Amino acid sequence: MIKKIIDQFNIPGQCRRYGLSLWQCPQFLFIIMGLIIIGTTVASYLIGAHYIASPELVALVVLIVTCFLFVIAFVITRSFEKLAEASKMKSEFINIVSHQLRSPLTNIKWTFEVLASKEFEVPRNKQEEYFVNVKENIARMVELIDDLLIVSKLEEGIFTIAKQEVDAEELIKEMISRYEVFAHASDIDIVFNPGEQAPVVLTDPSMLKLVIENLIDNAIRYTRGGGKIEIKLRKQAKEMIFSVKDSGVGIPQKEQKYIFKKFFRAENALKQRTRGSGLGLYVCKLIILKSGGKIWFESKENKGTTFYFTLPTLTSIGRK
Amino acid sequence: MKKILFVEDEAALQEAFGDVLKQAGYDVINALDGEIGLRLAKSEKPDLIMLDLMLPKLHGFEVLEKLKKDAETKDIPVIVLTNLEKVEDIDKAIELGAKTYLVKMQYNLEEVIDKVKKTIGE
Repeated sequence: MIKKIIDQFNIPGQCRRYGLSLWQCPQFLFIIMGLIIIGTTVASYLIGAHYIASPELVALVVLIVTCFLFVIAFVITRSFEKLAEASKMKSEFINIVSHQLRSPLTNIKWTFEVLASKEFEVPRNKQEEYFVNVKENIARMVELIDDLLIVSKLEEGIFTIAKQEVDAEELIKEMISRYEVFAHASDIDIVFNPGEQAPVVLTDPSMLKLVIENLIDNAIRYTRGGGKIEIKLRKQAKEMIFSVKDSGVGIPQKEQKYIFKKFFRAENALKQRTRGSGLGLYVCKLIILKSGGKIWFESKENKGTTFYFTLPTLTSIGRK
Repeated sequence: MKKILFVEDEAALQEAFGDVLKQAGYDVINALDGEIGLRLAKSEKPDLIMLDLMLPKLHGFEVLEKLKKDAETKDIPVIVLTNLEKVEDIDKAIELGAKTYLVKMQYNLEEVIDKVKKTIGE
């Protein structure tokens, strides 16, 4: 009980919970407004009592105080708007996430219903297939939840990127070998050009893997009917520039500005593949920015897309 | 044997529900995207179409609109089977000519089979 009352007075704590700075926080602004009203009432009384013969001065003081209060009231309204906007974004977010989870959940639910049904029988040779389906759909949900957790941690700033010296070339080779089977199945060749010098970058290897994984995965998925993916690494001044170029469907001009936004999926990407969380590139952007790099792309519809990112380098290993 | 065209991009669902429909005595034709669905509707002339909305290549609404505009397919009853549950989506599907609108997550298999039987007239 007492703790609750004390909590009520912990204005900075309450503002932090809303994710707002003090000067945008309604509670804090209300206290400031209250203090100004008390202060100016006392001041007006004193001035009025002292200069009763000059009503213009009193009127001027009242006018100044009113203007002050007007400005503060305006700021308070704006801060409420911000809160309302944040709450609206949250419900939109929940809406999208629940929809993304519903498809795999429905698949699991119906598959189990058939497996458990007394009325319907699962053909013996198909039982394994049913379990594989369930497994795949559980993996889809896990993937989405993992992405969401990373986003939430990165956004809240509680995800510290543990910077280590990472040999970028080795890491990229490892990622490529992981994706080669998947690429060959779609008749796609992955070509890697590590450049003259292999840069040692300062970053979190697991985070860098996540970024490269997302970019290679996208390049493969959106390259139709075979093609080539070129991955390049080069060092420029104190940066490493990574690029992955595909010959895929490209990103339509009008949708390019939204491509790094949370949950955005381009229309032609949706036509290719209805699945996908719409979080991959947003996660990439958060990680690269937090690691002190930049991320961008060049794209032409039906020609392909090249994604680039930079990371600060530590030293260079001379190539023999 | 009555023929049902099942347009659904989720392979797991196609498998499970398709098997159940077959056991219930129907001939099931599967389509994994909107374009194939529309083509099969014209060539196979099914007795019923089960249609998802979030489909690759051609959205379910476009498929429905084209089916209802085509003299060859306009009389085939369509059950929309989706996970979209906004009132606007339901209204749009009914307006475009869907006979029934079912939200996958809210029904179990037996209930869906019942709806199929009722729609197909058994």
